[in-house]
Amino acid sequence: MSGKPRLTYINGRGRMESIRWLLAAAGVEFEEVFLQTREQLLKLGQDGSLLFQQVPMVEIDGMKLVQTRAILNYIAGKYNLYGKDLKERALIDMYVEGLADLYELIMMNVVQPADKKEEHLANALDKAANRYFPVFEKVLKDHGHDFLVGNKLSRADVSLLETILMVEEFKSDALAKFPLLQSFKARMSNIPNIKKFLQPGSPRKPPLQEKDIPSLLAIFS
Amino acid sequence: MAAKPVLYYFDGRGKMESVRWLLAAAGVEFEEVFLETREQYEKLLQSGVLMFQQVPMVEIDGMKLVQTRAILNYIAGKYNLYGKDLKERALIDMYVGGTDDLMGFLLSFPFLSAEDKVKQCAFVVQKATSRYFPAYEKVLKDHGQDFLVGNRLSWADIHLLEAILMLEEKKSDALSGFPLLQAFKKRISSIPTIKKFLAPGSKRKPISDDKYVETVRRVLRMYYDVKPN
Repeated sequence: MSGKPRLTYINGRGRMESIRWLLAAAGVEFEEVFLQTREQLLKLGQDGSLLFQQVPMVEIDGMKLVQTRAILNYIAGKYNLYGKDLKERALIDMYVEGLADLYELIMMNVVQPADKKEEHLANALDKAANRYFPVFEKVLKDHGHDFLVGNKLSRADVSLLETILMVEEFKSDALAKFPLLQSFKARMSNIPNIKKFLQPGSPRKPPLQEKDIPSLLAIFS
Repeated sequence: MAAKPVLYYFDGRGKMESVRWLLAAAGVEFEEVFLETREQYEKLLQSGVLMFQQVPMVEIDGMKLVQTRAILNYIAGKYNLYGKDLKERALIDMYVGGTDDLMGFLLSFPFLSAEDKVKQCAFVVQKATSRYFPAYEKVLKDHGQDFLVGNRLSWADIHLLEAILMLEEKKSDALSGFPLLQAFKKRISSIPTIKKFLAPGSKRKPISDDKYVETVRRVLRMYYDVKPN
């Protein structure tokens, strides 16, 4: 019986991946329970473990936390990755929420009808290149620091790295016009906890494969 | 002399309404700039005040905050409506996450066809009565206190009241079967700042109508083909 946080989700990225990233960046080891059938999910809902009958769910410090943001906020606060005051937190929240919008947009590509997929992806990549990445390039340029907020590592940096890597899975030269983001990516990837997470054998999950979609939809719908 | 927060959005509920609720409940007066034309919006975009080219945007304490969650988190923290420690904040975040999901199903409602509105209404009511309201009823039952978290008013209570009233606009007896939520609704509604917000003449916005839909479409050039859940 360990005191490690325990994550309950499917064996895939989805809405749990940013939680895995944040725990890993904080150097926190965790356990995972993977749902494989709809029955398993329903059973968890019935026994009161899931406040809204949904996952992600993370058991941590005696709580059964659900709602991705609640989980991320708690972990960030506990491990000092959430800024030093309300104003830094506001900046971090703005950045993280913007990145979450981009992440969600890309994540939704897999469930688009076949004839809309390409257009949808093009739109998402356009947003990355013209709405989101320029903002973070400018933030780094304006203050000249290594990290987005408060001159120290925060969840905003972790979130940005995660998103950059995901976009690059779809477009390998996504950072071509963003030199500061390129050096940010190199710098962040070298942080020991993060470097470890990026290596094979870590809890990081691979991108969703088309063939896995039907079984996932079966669990959730 | 502190300047009042200024809210930039459409003259309607949308994603800004929860911000209005929270400021009002905290007793904070605010001003509003309503987007009405495409030109106005393009000017805002060019001025660089919208970090991700989107509204809501709130000018507060020298910041131009965007992203609804960032705005709400800041206001809740500033006005002591966010619990006393990390664990209370986690509970509040969980509860607000649920009501946010529930009210989120109604965001697209004004933009739907008449037929789709009927479908969406049924969908939202079903989710409210089978998933969300039972969860909050149980929270209140388990601790027997007047408020959701920490035995004092927090953002979670304000957000839940907002959600309850929105659901009741769709189904007036949405709370039947939830006696503790009924009592909760009465109790929170009678808190002076909230009572004032619920009275005519406040900054609370009415249910979005066709004029609102037209304005949003005209200004953003989006949301022409919205589907129900």
